[in-house]
Amino acid sequence: MSFFDWTFAWQILPRLLDASLATLGIALAGFAIAVVLGLFLALGRRSRLRWLAWPIAGLIEFIRSTPLLIQVYFLFYVLPNYGFQLSALQAGILGIAVHYACYTAEVYRAGLDAVPRAQWEAVTALNMRPWTAYRDVILPQALRPVLPALGNYLISILKDTPVLSAITVVEIMQRAKNIGSESFRYLEPITLVGLFFLILSLGLAWFVRRLEQRMEPVR
Amino acid sequence: MNTAPQMPLAAPAAQPMVRFAGVTKRYGELTVLDQLDLDVAPGEKVAIIGPSGSGKSTLLRVLMTLEDIDDGVIEVDGEPLTHMSGPDGALVRASSRHLRRMRGKVGMVFQSFNLFPHMDALHNVMEAPVQVLGLPKAEARERAEELLAMVGLQDKLEHFPAQLSGGQQQRVAIARALAMRPQVMLFDEVTSALDPELCGEVLNVIRRLGDAHNLTMLMVTHQMGFAREFADRVCFFHQGRIHEQGTPEALFGDPQQERTREFLSAVNEAH
Repeated sequence: MSFFDWTFAWQILPRLLDASLATLGIALAGFAIAVVLGLFLALGRRSRLRWLAWPIAGLIEFIRSTPLLIQVYFLFYVLPNYGFQLSALQAGILGIAVHYACYTAEVYRAGLDAVPRAQWEAVTALNMRPWTAYRDVILPQALRPVLPALGNYLISILKDTPVLSAITVVEIMQRAKNIGSESFRYLEPITLVGLFFLILSLGLAWFVRRLEQRMEPVR
Repeated sequence: MNTAPQMPLAAPAAQPMVRFAGVTKRYGELTVLDQLDLDVAPGEKVAIIGPSGSGKSTLLRVLMTLEDIDDGVIEVDGEPLTHMSGPDGALVRASSRHLRRMRGKVGMVFQSFNLFPHMDALHNVMEAPVQVLGLPKAEARERAEELLAMVGLQDKLEHFPAQLSGGQQQRVAIARALAMRPQVMLFDEVTSALDPELCGEVLNVIRRLGDAHNLTMLMVTHQMGFAREFADRVCFFHQGRIHEQGTPEALFGDPQQERTREFLSAVNEAH
């Protein structure tokens, strides 16, 4: 039984902070792609063209029903057999982006469904094209209420980045495991990683709550 | 007895601005418009009254292309609305391009206003002229300001719908529809969602509109007083058809059909 060694913790902190930048970068990049891709998935799923809507609905169900870990394994270890070679980082970001795009697509769908039908009738009566209607009338109303929900997915993504340590991405968790196997001390690195996620998640959650409050006075 | 020659009602020789020919609309088992025929002359003001479920609103909604029709042909300004001539001259379903061109001739004001909640009054009115008609912003702004002044809201340009009363919102909605310069304006129970004391301001705007422009207007309304004073013709709808129609004097003063009499006396009792 050993107790927390503050000196050792202080020593390894710079290496962990260095790797935390990778964690943050992966989370932000994955989130940025996911929110854009998710919007297109949501619009495609609502399309009247069945050949577009059905495969997208299937993809969303499939991705949401299988673990992220299997998806990133597939991208990193299986795709190269078919000539698609991705670096661990690329496979990791892509995996997170696609996985969470399928979740954000459902958030967008809820937002779009919440826009009253009457708004569609108004844009039809004004002869607006569907694209203009979405851009100027429907999306602005659909997005505001779902922004906080999207923010919550940023927190989820952040907490899921350690999954990528399984495909050799050196993010903060992988760095902590490396430190542990070098020094045979896991208590300090793993505790620090936990603290890192705790502080960031609480910070983001606070930010999302602020966002929620700012969104409320609409209508 | 007033025997002086008056403006002819629907001059039969002139081409109608709106024509319904055998139009049928069904929702599943329910037939809402039943082989409906109706001609509306250019500039004519037609009030449509009748019990709920009689097809009044559906008439306006199919004319605005918010609903498809199941049978018959609707013409606006001499051209089929939801059909077009196919290669062999027969009518086929209209392309979206044709629909868009035809839809530009018609404007609609809704019972629940349907303003864009995230835009102020000015931008509610400017949006479609800029995006649909391709007007330069300055010109669209000028047009919007003019119309909002016409409906008495020149000092509310930057107010959002939530900051306006129901009557004011409905007047913005009228300005928004007019900004597209339609030839036919449809009013679907535009005062039904308003407190009684706010109806007047909206009806006044419509009244002025009728005086100043040669707009063809179709108005579904429960305001019998307004229909009587404003309309050239009143149509009483019952079971998806025009059960009885005539000048306001004739229809309100001396209804010929039993069902019309029942409806009018029920309405009178309610007021």
